[in-house]
Parts: sequence; structure tokens; C-alpha cells
Amino acid sequence: MIINHPLLGPRDAAEFVYLGDACMMDRPDWQAEDAMAQFVEYGYLRDNPAGEHQELWYHEQGDRSWLVITRNTLTHEISKVEMARDVARSRGRDK
Amino acid sequence: MRYSAFRIFKEGLTGNKGWKAAWREPDPKPEYDIIIIGGGGHGLSTAYYLSKEFGMRNVAVLEKGWLGSGNIGRNTTIIRSNYLLPGNQPFYEMSMKLWENLEQDTNYNSMVSQRSILNLFHSDAQRDAFVRRGNAMFLSGADAELADEAQLRRELPFLNFDNARFPIKGGLYQRRGGTARHDAVAWGYARGADSRGVDIIQNCEVTGIDIENGVCRGVQTTRGAIRARKVAMCVAGSSGRVAALAGMRLPIESHVLQAFVSEGLKPVLPGVITFGAGHFYVSQSDKGGLVFGGDIDGYNTYAQRGNLPVVEDVAEGGMAIMPMIGRARLLRSWGGVMDMSMDGTPFIDKTHIEGLYFNGGWCYGGFKATPASGYCYAHLLAKDEPHPVAAQMRLDRFMTGNLIDEKGQGNQPNLH
Ligand SMILES: Cc1cc2nc3c(=O)[nH]c(=O)nc-3n(C[C@H](O)[C@H](O)[C@H](O)COP(=O)(O)OP(=O)(O)OC[C@H]3O[C@@H](n4cnc5c(N)ncnc54)[C@H](O)[C@@H]3O)c2cc1C
Repeated sequence: MIINHPLLGPRDAAEFVYLGDACMMDRPDWQAEDAMAQFVEYGYLRDNPAGEHQELWYHEQGDRSWLVITRNTLTHEISKVEMARDVARSRGRDK
Repeated sequence: MRYSAFRIFKEGLTGNKGWKAAWREPDPKPEYDIIIIGGGGHGLSTAYYLSKEFGMRNVAVLEKGWLGSGNIGRNTTIIRSNYLLPGNQPFYEMSMKLWENLEQDTNYNSMVSQRSILNLFHSDAQRDAFVRRGNAMFLSGADAELADEAQLRRELPFLNFDNARFPIKGGLYQRRGGTARHDAVAWGYARGADSRGVDIIQNCEVTGIDIENGVCRGVQTTRGAIRARKVAMCVAGSSGRVAALAGMRLPIESHVLQAFVSEGLKPVLPGVITFGAGHFYVSQSDKGGLVFGGDIDGYNTYAQRGNLPVVEDVAEGGMAIMPMIGRARLLRSWGGVMDMSMDGTPFIDKTHIEGLYFNGGWCYGGFKATPASGYCYAHLLAKDEPHPVAAQMRLDRFMTGNLIDEKGQGNQPNLH
């Protein structure tokens, strides 16, 4: 698989480390009433779709940036590559 | 029809005209007591033990493809019971005991071959961990044997003992471990269940799960709606997709694991060998091919094929412990999609929806579990209480903190 890094251009997927579902970016509020249930869901439960999947890849053998990649789990086709930082900001986070 | 040496002899003399199909091709009935979704090894063994041990005959197995088209027909066929934790080891030892009697029980030649499995170790720390594992195996009634380097040099002179990075210091044997013929396991169970009245319905995909007021009443399929008192999911790598039909999210991701077979060679490998540090495992099939594999590809996928970096990694692992493997040509490789549960351990449990049951999360170690998985799932379905050896394989264990984390790695899958 080739990942088209937004800053560095096309790179071999073997340079990256996979973390899993991009929902890992949305860490629950530890002070919420139901923080326990939220963290169990956050840590363990997954949609696991067959089709489009947003996921986190870490460019360990490169610039060490985190990317959010939209990939089809049936075909491995990558339709979108974004900097995780930009995605987090677009969701209203400061970093 | 019973299979026997006499029967083979007789058929041989009469032109093999008397053999009958091993199971029927029934049309689905409008309603069953129990519907099992998925005609893989586990679904068929569940049906077999439901009918044989628990007297439930009004049962259907619905398979979207043909029997054995899933992981049961794609795996590297290793059977063993060398686990560690109390939530796991007794379960796998029960499975091992069922394997040992499988052919007599099902009257089908599943080619169970207890040719031994050897897990190599490469450091003092790894040896200590294997000693502990061996003791855990003894506690469950399994066999274990620690072999030192000198013994292995005598028994397996072709291993690369002096690898600079991972020198082989010894290994943990389970002599009762080995391999079985994967397809034949499915066929034997199918035939046994069918002969007791279970309907095995192929080319019948479940496309919906009917839930009325929180109670499961049946399924929608490509061959129409079928009602049932109980619906049992058992779809291996498709767990996420099928559970989604019931609106459930699971502690599971789907990943692909590849397997490889070399050209046929004369007998070289006496048993199964695993490379503890690099993650590589190899055995030799009865046809002579070296059958081997390694790590999963490592990212969510439903494509039943793998990618090159892992091919390379597996080949490197093989060369590291068994350089002679480099002389053999690779004949073929393939991938299978499996559930990766979030602690590497499976589930056999009721769901929060009444009448809906779940069996899955076998990661890449579920073949060896086929007999015990079927037995314990059948127990749960028939009696509505878990079998003692599967009592900890619960869906809510992440909430209650009762993880069965064999590898001690936390909530990253990539475990077996
Ligand atoms: C390459 C590879 C090597 C492996 N090696 C080993 C090994 O050496 N030892 C070991 O113990 N384990 C091994 N495993 C793991 C083992 O194969 C699996 O854990 C086990 O086979 C899963 O159970 P099963 O046989 O029931 O699955 P399957 O045979 O996959 O059965 C599931 C069935 O459900 C059907 N299905 C799915 N969705 C639907 C639907 N909607 N409606 C109807 N039917 C449906 C599928 O078609 C399939 O036939 C390996 C796996 C792979 C991929």
C-alpha cells in the first residue's frame, strides 16, 4: 500500500505503524458522570466496518507525524489522507 | 452410512458405487429451535454437540457460502493446549482431549496427528516464562516437556542454533500437540450433525436479525425469513458485520492472517516448530509441503488477501531459525480474515438481547478450539448457562476488569 502523505508525498505503508480506529482521538472526559462506561467503550468497542474506515497511522520511519487515513477495508483503497493535527483542530480541539 | 475398512474394501470391489453424499441439502424450514449463523468449524461442531450431547435436533446451520469456505479451510491446522491462564488453559485442554477422540466419535478421518509442537526459546527470561507456562499446563492436566539446547541439537540438527540475535537455547514441547486435516474436521462434524437431523443450509446468507421488543425472534436470509427461539452467531472473521445487524458493537477488529505452503518435500519436519522471538511457525503437511505463517498484516481488513511486507517478514523469520527453508520454492499463499479481540481471547456468551448468542473473537488460534468451542457453545445454548471451562469468556469482561490477557499486552489486538 502507498500512503500519500500530505507533506511528504507518496510513501510505502511499511514506514508506518498502525494504531487502529481514528475514534482513538476522541478521548472521553474523565470527569463525566459515566466516565467508566465511556472509557470501556473508548478502549475496547469498535464499529469494525467493512468499507470506509477512518484510522490512525504513525509515520515512525519518517517524520513521526500522525495521520488520519480513510481507507476501504474491503479493497485497501485509500481515499483521503489528513494530518491528525488538522482533523483534531477541525473538531474544535486546540492541539 | 458408517465408514470402515470393511466398507472401503467392499466399495473397492464393487466399483465405488455405494458411497452416498455425506450430508443432505435441505430447504430451510419456517422455524427452528436454534439457528446457528455460520457453517465454519465452530458452527458445525456446535450443531454436532447440540444434537449428540444435548439432544437438540430441530437445529439449522446457515452458511453464506459452502461448508469450509471460511477460516476452517484456510488455517495452518495447528492444534495444541499450551496456554497459561486459568480462563484459557483448561478450555484448550478440553479441546485437546476431544481432538484425541474425534475420529472415533464422528466416524470420520480428520487425520488428527499428534506429531508434537515445540516452542523455541532464546533467552533466560523466555525460558523462565516457558517453565511457568509448562507448570500451568500441568495444572490443567496437559503434558509439557522442557528441552534444553543439547537435546534439540540432537533431535533437530537443521535448526539455526547459533543465530547471532536469537540463538536457540531450548524449547517447550507439547508432545500431544500437532495438526489435523482442517476441511475434514468441518466435513466430519457436518456429517455427524446432519445424520442426527440438523439442517445444514449452504448458500444462505443471513442479512438481518429480527429483534422484537428486545427479544431475538429469527433471521432474514437470502432464502427468506426463518424464525427461531434462539439465534447463535458463529461467523469467525465476520463477527463485526453480523453483530452490526443486531445493532451491536463488539470488542473486536477484523484482521488478515496469511499462510504459505512450499513445494512438496520428503519428510523433514517431525512436528510443529514455532520461533518464539520472531513469530514464525512451521509444520509439514502429509503431502510434504512446508506449511508456515507468522504475524497478521496489522490493520483492519476484510480483504481475503495479504500484503508483501508481511510475506517478507515471515520469510525472514523462517530463514532465521531454519535456513534450509530458503532452498524450497513457495507454492502458494493466501489470507484469511479473523476477529482480533481486544485481549486476544475469544467469547462464548449470551448477548444483552434475549435469545441472541455470540461465539467469536478467536483471533488466529481458533482452529485448535473447534471441538471445545462447539461443545461449550452447545452447552450454553442448550442449558442457558456457560460450560465451566468457558465461564470466563464473557463479553462484559472489559467492563468488569476480568480480561484474559494471555500476552499481557493490554488493549492492543495483534494477539493470538
Ligand atoms: C492463515 C490462518 C492460519 C491459521 N492457523 C491456525 C492454526 O494453526 N491453529 C489454530 O488453532 N487456528 C488457526 N487459525 C485460526 C482459525 O482458523 C480460526 O480461528 C477458526 O477457524 C475460526 O472458526 P471457524 O472455523 O468457525 O471459522 P470459519 O470457517 O470462518 O466460519 C465462519 C463461517 O461463517 C460464515 N458467515 C459469515 N457471515 C455470514 C452470514 N452473514 N450468514 C451466513 N454465514 C456467514 C462464513 O462464510 C464462514 O464459513 C488460522 C487462521 C488463518 C486465517
